[in-house]
Amino acid sequence: MLALKDLSCERDNRLLFEGLSVTFGAGDIWHIDGPNGVGKTSLLRQITGVSRYHGGELRWRGRDVAECRYEFAQSLVYIGHTPGIKKALSARENLHHYCPAADTSALEGALAELGLYGFEDVPCFRLSAGQLRRVALARLALASEPFWVLDEPFTALDVHAIAALEQRLSAHAARGGCVVLTSHQPVNLPVQRLALGDYSVVPA
Amino acid sequence: MSVGLAQAMGLQFTQDWKLAVRSRSDWANPMIFFVLVITLLPLGIGPEVKQLAAIAPGMIWIVALLATLLSLDAMFRSDWDDGSLEQMLISPHPLPMLVLSKIAVHWLVTGLPLTLLSPLLGLMLSLPEAGYLPLIVSLFIGSACLSFIGAIGAALTVALRQGGLLISLIIMPFYVPVLIFGASAAMRAVQGFEYHGLLVMLGGFLALAVAGAPFAVAAALRISSEG
Repeated sequence: MLALKDLSCERDNRLLFEGLSVTFGAGDIWHIDGPNGVGKTSLLRQITGVSRYHGGELRWRGRDVAECRYEFAQSLVYIGHTPGIKKALSARENLHHYCPAADTSALEGALAELGLYGFEDVPCFRLSAGQLRRVALARLALASEPFWVLDEPFTALDVHAIAALEQRLSAHAARGGCVVLTSHQPVNLPVQRLALGDYSVVPA
Repeated sequence: MSVGLAQAMGLQFTQDWKLAVRSRSDWANPMIFFVLVITLLPLGIGPEVKQLAAIAPGMIWIVALLATLLSLDAMFRSDWDDGSLEQMLISPHPLPMLVLSKIAVHWLVTGLPLTLLSPLLGLMLSLPEAGYLPLIVSLFIGSACLSFIGAIGAALTVALRQGGLLISLIIMPFYVPVLIFGASAAMRAVQGFEYHGLLVMLGGFLALAVAGAPFAVAAALRISSEG
């Protein structure tokens, strides 16, 4: 789906990585790994288009991303470390903002799947850190976009939510979607590992 | 989830509107500042009608400008903090259009209330009758200019931890023409001169700001998010 060619990343005059080439294919789950500060989040920000990439090339389905920015953006779900949840709004309102096409029962179903049944209309500032992350991740249940980029999705989640999320991710991969995620925890899924820092690609 | 541009702008607008209505301090602070300063003014310089009437249009305009300045820092701050800004950056829809929705909400919750309050404050400063209409019209157009221009400063400084003072320094030179034309429209009306030309100029500023500012803001937001 997305091919990275010779991608490099520089931050505050420090070279984080260079010459990174990898192809995220349909049906893949990629786990980007590496010590703190190695550039995992920077890489995700570059491939999603939050920040520009300085060297190298990004190709979406064979075309340069700069040429098909609209198609790429329509196929992308990015849930960053700060996932864009408005604390003054309820879980339902937050989810509706990102998934306007979903009807009430679909929204409630997505929230219930992550254990937020009964919390739909509670303002998000009353929720815990783990619950906030669940509100953000509930988007995935409604997402029709094929390419998911998740920055530390397992942070603050309990074991049940982690299991539910892993099931969601593997179902997405089985449908031909692609997931790129970072995590410091081991992921119990058949993943391909990309270890930043030594640029090695470890097959599943 | 693919939605049309109009729907995306509508969603951005409704979300910002809900947030603005729910966080009362955001829209109440500039208004309270506006009312307080104007209320204190006659106490400070004496209640002589002639003196107050002479400075009324200018003072109301200056305080409205400062009140807008106060509210600017919050414009993109929470979006930056909670990651909504990243989501706007990667949205398939053109960023300037989403920004336009945000600026519209900002004006609705700061500029418009200030405009609606201004006749009351004119009364406190014994503004002559001829000054009310031009004051309201000039503030109506001018405050929209202030929101649009101010958004550029807010976008440029959103990545800085303490951008408050810097916004003022960046934006003030661009506020000066708006202030001059807006305040002198009301002033000239009070003195019995023709003032429509000044309002037309203000309208011109607004047209320029509406057409140009969203693009400048979008570029500034992209620069800010590079860091």
